[in-house]
Amino acid sequence: MAKKFEKGKMVPVPSTAIIPERDIDKTPILECRHLGIDFGGLRAVDDFNLIIGRTEIAGLIGPNGAGKTTVFNLLTKVYQPTRGTILLDGFDTAGKSTEQINQMGIARTFQNIRLFNNLTVEENVKVGLHNQEPYSALTGVLRLPKYWRQEKASHERALELLSIFNMQDLANTPAGSLPYGAQRRLEIVRALATNPSLLLLDEPAAGMNPSETAELMENIVKIRDTFQIAIMLIEHDMRLVMGICEGICVLNFGRVIAKGTAEEIQANPTVIEAYLGKKKEG
Amino acid sequence: MKNLSSSSKKARADYFTYAGVTIAFIVITLLRNAGSLNRSQQGLLVPICCYIVMAVSLNLTVGILGELSLGHAGFMSVGAFSGITAAMSLANIIPSTALRLAIAMVVGAVCAAIVGFLVGIPVLRLRGDYLAIVTLAFGEILKELITCLIVGYDSNGLHVIFNVNGSKTASDLNLLEGGRIIIKGAQGATGTQTIASFTAGFILIMITLLIVQNLVRSRTGRAIMAIRDNRIAAESVGINITKYKMIAFVTSAALAGAAGALFGLNYSNLTAAKFDFNTSILVLVFVVLGGLGNIWGSIIATVVLYILPEALRGFATYRMLIYAIVLILVMLTTNSPQMKLLLQKLLPKRKEEEING
Amino acid sequence: MEFLAYLVSGISLGSVYAIIALGYTMVYGIAKMLNFAHGDVIMIGGYISYIAAVNLGLPTLVAVVCAMAVCTVLGVVIEGLAYRPLRSAPSLAVLITAIGVSYFLQNSALLIWGANPKSYTPVVEGTLKLFGGQLSISNVSILTVAACIVIMIGLTLFTSKTKMGKAMRACSEDKGAAQLMGINVNRTISLTFAIGSALAAIAGALLCSFSPALMPTTGSMPGIKAFTAAVFGGIGSIPGAFLGGILLGIIESLARGYISTQLSNSIVFAVLIIILLVRPAGLLGKYVPEKV
Repeated sequence: MAKKFEKGKMVPVPSTAIIPERDIDKTPILECRHLGIDFGGLRAVDDFNLIIGRTEIAGLIGPNGAGKTTVFNLLTKVYQPTRGTILLDGFDTAGKSTEQINQMGIARTFQNIRLFNNLTVEENVKVGLHNQEPYSALTGVLRLPKYWRQEKASHERALELLSIFNMQDLANTPAGSLPYGAQRRLEIVRALATNPSLLLLDEPAAGMNPSETAELMENIVKIRDTFQIAIMLIEHDMRLVMGICEGICVLNFGRVIAKGTAEEIQANPTVIEAYLGKKKEG
Repeated sequence: MKNLSSSSKKARADYFTYAGVTIAFIVITLLRNAGSLNRSQQGLLVPICCYIVMAVSLNLTVGILGELSLGHAGFMSVGAFSGITAAMSLANIIPSTALRLAIAMVVGAVCAAIVGFLVGIPVLRLRGDYLAIVTLAFGEILKELITCLIVGYDSNGLHVIFNVNGSKTASDLNLLEGGRIIIKGAQGATGTQTIASFTAGFILIMITLLIVQNLVRSRTGRAIMAIRDNRIAAESVGINITKYKMIAFVTSAALAGAAGALFGLNYSNLTAAKFDFNTSILVLVFVVLGGLGNIWGSIIATVVLYILPEALRGFATYRMLIYAIVLILVMLTTNSPQMKLLLQKLLPKRKEEEING
Repeated sequence: MEFLAYLVSGISLGSVYAIIALGYTMVYGIAKMLNFAHGDVIMIGGYISYIAAVNLGLPTLVAVVCAMAVCTVLGVVIEGLAYRPLRSAPSLAVLITAIGVSYFLQNSALLIWGANPKSYTPVVEGTLKLFGGQLSISNVSILTVAACIVIMIGLTLFTSKTKMGKAMRACSEDKGAAQLMGINVNRTISLTFAIGSALAAIAGALLCSFSPALMPTTGSMPGIKAFTAAVFGGIGSIPGAFLGGILLGIIESLARGYISTQLSNSIVFAVLIIILLVRPAGLLGKYVPEKV
């Protein structure tokens, strides 16, 4: 099933945006045009433009407080944008709620982990499968045949998804008592369970040690290859970003200051300045 | 295989609850037939059943959905008076008391569900303590509205007067000959035929357990608990928050309504004032002491705490004081870190003493 | 004229609610708990001032001061024994404990003073007649409104100007940070309970001057309504509690006069619900959205 993609050449579409060459003849999964939000008088994000290809792994980086998580919150409609449009697979998402956005195909994880702590690992994934194996509340109360069928299907699917991170054995552990790294992985599994076409990961490697991070990198690529979805991630670990992201977008003070491939970003003087500060003249 | 064992463990807990309730029912019925229960003890049976249903249904809102409701008695009240009205109106048409009782409970449940839905629209938009205070407000509003109701029945059907300024009386119903007054405003329902039975109470408990436990173990229940644990994450995985909050809230209200109908038909006289804030709090105490989300705990806590004041009747003047002290001490011992430490220190010592002695 | 009479009685009733609500809102603001026993502290305050005035024959003012002293001690003791051990416990556990304390106070009062209502002598007698006797305002009303305004201003100054008041505000924002700044959190919370309970004693004397029947359950309903007033105005906010209390009193009085005596509480609660839907944090409260 898994179709491996070589990390390929990037081509510009249109002149300001880049997506992987292999995705060029398909509608981009995400297209943001002049996206912006104000909190009071503060322009937290302004004129944010981005295009993500069907199977791209994209990175969103920037110094602390640059507005990265705000962009995720705008994409998932936790905040309603003040300006601009978001096209998901060519459809306008204006006026949709967070829940509808998920059903349209965006799933996400959170910077500060948000699991259902009193539910088990398996139940957390099953909550993710909520709209995948549906049956009515009445079916559940009366335990009609459909209930047993769907419950069995979601049980199997949940274990299958957990096996991506080798977490099947933890299925019955309460999510709240998992170690930190496992909690982050479970969030990814739960997001995947909703069958997204775009997966947003908010600092997936935060708090992980180098070997865990390396494993995570492999897994992110594996997820993209297996599910053939686009992944966008916010991360401070530059080895991870530069290692797996194809297109990278750099945000500072709510504005995009650079876009390009890893090599281009690393050589970009504006980016270096944003991270390290301006070199003193003279 | 390990996974299957865990889900079956949960299922076992459910079956244990059904079995526990059934055994209790059989034992009590045997005792009753053997004449071992006195009148006042027998009189407690139906109310205990009603309060068990109230506690289990409130646990759905407070324990499973995680929203503090202080107006649960309001739904009980709606169920009680609509149930009484239904049972009394049908008195001549349906002679079988069991069938009438069943119809009354269904009517009570449906009416309470409708009111629960209407109340839920504004209430579920709020959070935390604000939600709590608004449920309290609704409970009081329902109580006062029912106090204004004058209801009678004759061959032309139901007559209802809403007595806003207290100027109307039952004679304004203009009932035909042979008609009967069912609810008399502030005096409440008078002359109700007491058709409630312990068996009906047992059946209602079993149905409640079936509904609540099966709901919790289903996709719907997982969605509700996900909202409780983390609303934002639940939204992010595509769960319709309003819908599932409403399902939990309305189910809880409907069950309280059925319990109310049974409760109402257990007394020949009943006023709306019975279902005030204190009743809501009483049920909440059952739920919290039994353990949030713990259905079996709710049942045990209800039985113990309902019987406790009755058992303390010997100390009539001090019984509520003792009840209050027990309540405070239980909360302190189960929730305070210092007390827990103290208990840990005390308990092993006692074991040692036993060994030494 | 009728309207004015309702308005005046509304404002004076509202002032009592406001005094109780001020106590509620301060305790909620700092301890983040619904102190259901607050209403019963009012009742105890009523009884103490009654006993001091009638049985001991003390002057009214001294009787009220006695009640304040007893209630302050009571408030601090309740906080120390019942609430302090539960500081890190879930809020529901604290709520149930508060309900337990409320039952305890009510039933203690029942044992000590019996169920029969005591007829309370108003703290001040006489009425003021205006418009040639068409509108009469009792001196109790005037005293209540004056007391309420003085207390509100006093508390506002206390919390904004004094060191203890600032410590209180710091604790209500973030207990951990306040502790790190060297503030004794437990002492600050005790002080808040002391102030709230002293206010409850004043409210008890004034409340019983309006409706002289003093019973063990006297405090319950005013307690709930005052809490509603605090929520109405935005819980945690001192001017909010004042505004909420006054508005609640006026609405109740007008509803009773023009619509229905039986439904007056319902109308008050209905207005509360509508306000909360329009302004989820009350009239003067700040709505803080959850951070993602």
